[in-house]
Amino acid sequence: MATYTYTPVPDQGAKAGVLAYLVISCVVLLLMMLFGLLMRMEQAQMISIGALWFYKIMTLHGAGMVGIVALAGAAIMWHFLRQYVDLSTGIFMANLILFLTGVVMILASVLLGDFHAAWTFLFPLPGNSMGMWTPGAAALFMGGLLVIGVGFVLLHLDIARAIISRYGGLGRGLGWPQLFGPDDGNAPPPAVVASTMVTIVNLVGLVVGASILVMMLVNLYVPTFEIDPLLAKGMIYFFGHVFINAVIYMAVIAVYEILPRYTQRPWKSNKVFLASWTASTIMVMFIFPHHLLMDYAYPKWFLITGHIIGYLNTFPILIVTGYGAMMIVYRSGIRWDMCSRLLFVSLFGWAVGAMPAFIDGTITVNYVMHNTLWVPGHFHTYLLLGMVAMVFGFMYYLGKPNENAPDSALDVAAFWGFVIGTLGFTMSFLYSGKISAPRRYAEHLPEWVPYDKIASYFAMLLIASVLVFIFRFLTRLGLASRDYQRASLARSMAT
Amino acid sequence: MQETAWQVSLVLMLMIAFGVVFVAINSGKREEEYGPLVKRAYSFRTKLFWAVALVFFPAMIYNLTGLPYSSKAVASSGPAEVINVTGHMWYWEMDRDQVEPNQPVDIRVTSADVNHGFGIYDPDLRLIAQTQAMPGYTNVIHITFPREGTYRVLCMEYCGVAHHNMMTEIKVGKS
Repeated sequence: MATYTYTPVPDQGAKAGVLAYLVISCVVLLLMMLFGLLMRMEQAQMISIGALWFYKIMTLHGAGMVGIVALAGAAIMWHFLRQYVDLSTGIFMANLILFLTGVVMILASVLLGDFHAAWTFLFPLPGNSMGMWTPGAAALFMGGLLVIGVGFVLLHLDIARAIISRYGGLGRGLGWPQLFGPDDGNAPPPAVVASTMVTIVNLVGLVVGASILVMMLVNLYVPTFEIDPLLAKGMIYFFGHVFINAVIYMAVIAVYEILPRYTQRPWKSNKVFLASWTASTIMVMFIFPHHLLMDYAYPKWFLITGHIIGYLNTFPILIVTGYGAMMIVYRSGIRWDMCSRLLFVSLFGWAVGAMPAFIDGTITVNYVMHNTLWVPGHFHTYLLLGMVAMVFGFMYYLGKPNENAPDSALDVAAFWGFVIGTLGFTMSFLYSGKISAPRRYAEHLPEWVPYDKIASYFAMLLIASVLVFIFRFLTRLGLASRDYQRASLARSMAT
Repeated sequence: MQETAWQVSLVLMLMIAFGVVFVAINSGKREEEYGPLVKRAYSFRTKLFWAVALVFFPAMIYNLTGLPYSSKAVASSGPAEVINVTGHMWYWEMDRDQVEPNQPVDIRVTSADVNHGFGIYDPDLRLIAQTQAMPGYTNVIHITFPREGTYRVLCMEYCGVAHHNMMTEIKVGKS
């Protein structure tokens, strides 16, 4: 029998390692946002950096953003998961060191070696540069990705070990005994269920990604070691899709853990919740064909699978996690502060971003919208207004001086600047996709330029808001490591 | 198609926005007993699930008609003209660049070096068809150009520093 009584959980400060992850995330995220702004301004003809620098920045922006949101997501996951299972701080820090090593390799490859084959390193472009970069630069870039991937494999292996040790298996971590048997109310908490899902999909994704990276590294120096481009593309997009999706499923743990503290209502791992996470585990791994719909050489059933799962994947997001957040906040008496605002709006960002995403996964739509700016339109919506909002919400949670501390007018203005800036920025992308502007173009035709200008102005507003978020977090680092009550208690009807 | 995708996206996004704003507006006054609220919310969620399912599943099935992978849609109009296309860094090689309107055309697309994307834009600069140009594979676009004019071809897959300059034209009719 389900109960709806909330058991208060003390707020814990972050370990030094988590803070190191977050500080690095702030710096890299801001830098990558500025790179993104430069690209939009170049397309808007507001600046002139040239095609070579555009594509070098584009390569850094893609690799940097994917890597840094993964790092920030891992920080959130590790912070909360360690409150339930025994995680290794050494492995957590090893991942950070490997990450930074990989970042240095990627920066050297692009800035010194002129590598600019995009973060997707689509075979055979890295080894076929028309003299624009050397095999050494390509090897450095792919080696950097490989080193970062090894770090995450170590982290996930440690998480898998800890969950198996505490709960007796990954299936138990997903709550399968309660899902497929009677719900005895002892299913693992949402943070553990989500971490189990992310660990399963990321381990599979990273092994596939590492495999194709090693194959391509061999091919760089031994061209007779041939690779099928269709197989390579499938492997790259399997890895890429799983890895970038996993970051949202890591970061949403902040919502599961923090919103109940604000509303004094429990977020239960009931059967519907467990079913949705098991379904997401499968769907995140099998939805990737929606990236390959214009590769007619794949079997038709394979491509139709991507189309179908694209529709099905919206259900757990909308009906379970999104709806769950609405349920817990509705008539809760929640006190809105920067943390609760950002976490609440993050579910909105995730859900609205999923709409143009599944529409693009419709084969007949993809036929005329694939690789247009519609694509960055949808993923910037759910990553920026979804995942990144979760990260900043977590940062405001850690740095809140006390449970009753009011927000300054500047922070509140930055929140609205972030929401309006992101929506304006991403809707400009989507509209440009509607009028068929291709993505990854250093120069735009005159018909597309007005929307690039609009996007640039909204991006400036967004970045100005993020500067406030980052400044506030960095000035409150001292508070972030301490254990004290942060989350404001909800208003009672009696008060 | 693009207009439909845009409008459907906007409607769905606005519906979500409406729900979120509704909850935010109704978040201030606390209902202490969460159990009864949960029961009402779960009941509404079941209805919401079926409402979404009843819209999404037929849409998902309906959108599986008219897939670009088969030539059946244009086969009834007679034998297709053929254009053989090879993508190179950074130009398109085509064995012909003129076809007639309202005639089925098979565009056979491959690549000599890296991946490219063969995207056909109509005279109004609207993308009407595309496929991947991949070395070692030939993908076929089955298309009937509906009207005369100059159709532009743009590269849709990032292929290096001159990717954005990789353009050519297909002339339909006498233009």
